[in-house]
Amino acid sequence: MTARPWWKTALGALLTAFMLFPVYWMVNVSLTRTADLRGTPRWFPTAPTFEGYTAALGQQLPALGTSLVIGFGCVALTVVIAAPAGYALAILNLRGGRTLSFLLLVAQMIPAVVMAMGFYAVYVRLGLLNTVWGLIVADSTIAVPFGVLLYSTFMAGIPRELVQAARIDGAGTWRIFGSIVLPVSRNSTVTVSLFAFLWAWSDFIFASTLNRAGEFIPITLGIYQYIGNNTTQWNAIMATAVVASLPAAILLVVAQRYVAAGVTAGAVKD
Amino acid sequence: MTTTSVEAAGRASGGGAAGRAPAAPGGRARRRFPGRPQQWSAIGFSAPLLVYLAAFYAYPLWRNIELSLHDYTVRAFVQGDPEFVGFANHTEVFTSGTFGTALVNTALFTFVSIAFQYAIGLALAVFFRDNFRLSGVLRALFLVPWLLPLIVSSSTWAWMLNSENGIVNSVVEAFGGPQINWLTSPETALISVIIANIWLGIPFNLVILYSGLQQIPADLYEAASLDGATAWQRFRHITLPLLRPVTAITLLLGFIYTLKVVDVVWIMTTGGPGDASLILAVWSYREAFGTGQPEFSPAAAIGNLLIVIALVFGFVHLRTQRYRERS
Repeated sequence: MTARPWWKTALGALLTAFMLFPVYWMVNVSLTRTADLRGTPRWFPTAPTFEGYTAALGQQLPALGTSLVIGFGCVALTVVIAAPAGYALAILNLRGGRTLSFLLLVAQMIPAVVMAMGFYAVYVRLGLLNTVWGLIVADSTIAVPFGVLLYSTFMAGIPRELVQAARIDGAGTWRIFGSIVLPVSRNSTVTVSLFAFLWAWSDFIFASTLNRAGEFIPITLGIYQYIGNNTTQWNAIMATAVVASLPAAILLVVAQRYVAAGVTAGAVKD
Repeated sequence: MTTTSVEAAGRASGGGAAGRAPAAPGGRARRRFPGRPQQWSAIGFSAPLLVYLAAFYAYPLWRNIELSLHDYTVRAFVQGDPEFVGFANHTEVFTSGTFGTALVNTALFTFVSIAFQYAIGLALAVFFRDNFRLSGVLRALFLVPWLLPLIVSSSTWAWMLNSENGIVNSVVEAFGGPQINWLTSPETALISVIIANIWLGIPFNLVILYSGLQQIPADLYEAASLDGATAWQRFRHITLPLLRPVTAITLLLGFIYTLKVVDVVWIMTTGGPGDASLILAVWSYREAFGTGQPEFSPAAAIGNLLIVIALVFGFVHLRTQRYRERS
């Protein structure tokens, strides 16, 4: 750690470049002219064109909007359910909490395709197929168990003295939750929201099963139908893929530190 | 460590329910505030979750089991009068010719994927352990494949592996190789999806193993260096043994995630050609949603099998966690 050899940086950069090649390739293809897509691929977008992006945005803008709505809906639902539950588990010592935690753990292991079939069977009867609401609920099942476990792990690390003192001052369970526990757990909220959004945004299985014929389809399904419809216009498909990757890219740049802060804050207790 | 890996494990195979599992939280702190009234508020605060789990986990799962025990056709779905057939769907699935293929493919897909993800992830984690210039930035960039929507990465891979216009074949042919039909020939389809899946899983392994490496005290390495241990010996006798608990968790979670992968395979090959790259989860998806003729009941039966496998490994996970807590 004293000597910081440059060759390691060079090797690291090389490995990263190799790893990220598919991402580069996606961007490269998205900038390629339709005429150049056939035959030997071009390594660099020497004559970049935005025809892919024009086509993509022209057709996929509503899908992007739908995905945003689903993403935010999923975040709201997840936080509203997970934060109080984490509080009940970690601070109010809910009886049977260990069992509940175990159930949540197992819940995360259930394959999405199984959940999708169950939801399909339920939604057929309730008429919730092809609705944005139905998809928000289904997508949230990916994030809720994770959210509860994350919150309760973090909240279990909140100093007991803080809660005790508030209790002595006469604060009720609600006050303690709203004015102490929730604000202190802000980083957990950011982390949970972040992943809930990302998973809902990226979801393909629920979208392709529960919202196949919907009026409002999310962007993942937009790309999928794109692939099915016009296999010649891969520049437009890749352009849509680039646009669909933006939230991930933005979060990596903006919130990476935030997530890291949440991680270390929670890790201190160990 | 627990929390670190919670974050880290955030999204392994993405499409599936990811996230993971810290040890049962708050174990030590429990029983500090006994008393009845608090139990009521605890129940109150967890009520939304309990209702949610009942309505959106238990009920769909129950419906899934029901599907597998009846003969659901599209018509029966609408009219709600499916015939009860017991375990006939299960028997049909387990005795079908596809079952053996899917099982072998699933085993290959899971174990080969995990072996490479782990080996590469560990090599990278060890490499990034020394804080060289820009190591933080480069490590962050390694997360990109993990954060991208699976449809994005899968379709990019599909285009890269395209027979005529793909960059991979372009390179292969530049070196005098033949044109390989990566996704459309039965010999290479499974290999192709495994390669893409390994790529997807490396960030997850890197992050968890890296955070595991941080737990190993640096003075151990210094002491070993003073005693003249080579880099390989240090890796062999310090890193590997001390990383064992983290390794166990990583492999276990990797297994659980890989078992339920659908997106990657479905988007790249739809399990084909024929059944060449069909794994259990994809088979279930294909039966239920992949063809014009939905066969929900066999699909649900395959789903039950996946749940049983997941449950078994859930218990293994719990034991591992318990073991870790004790040690």
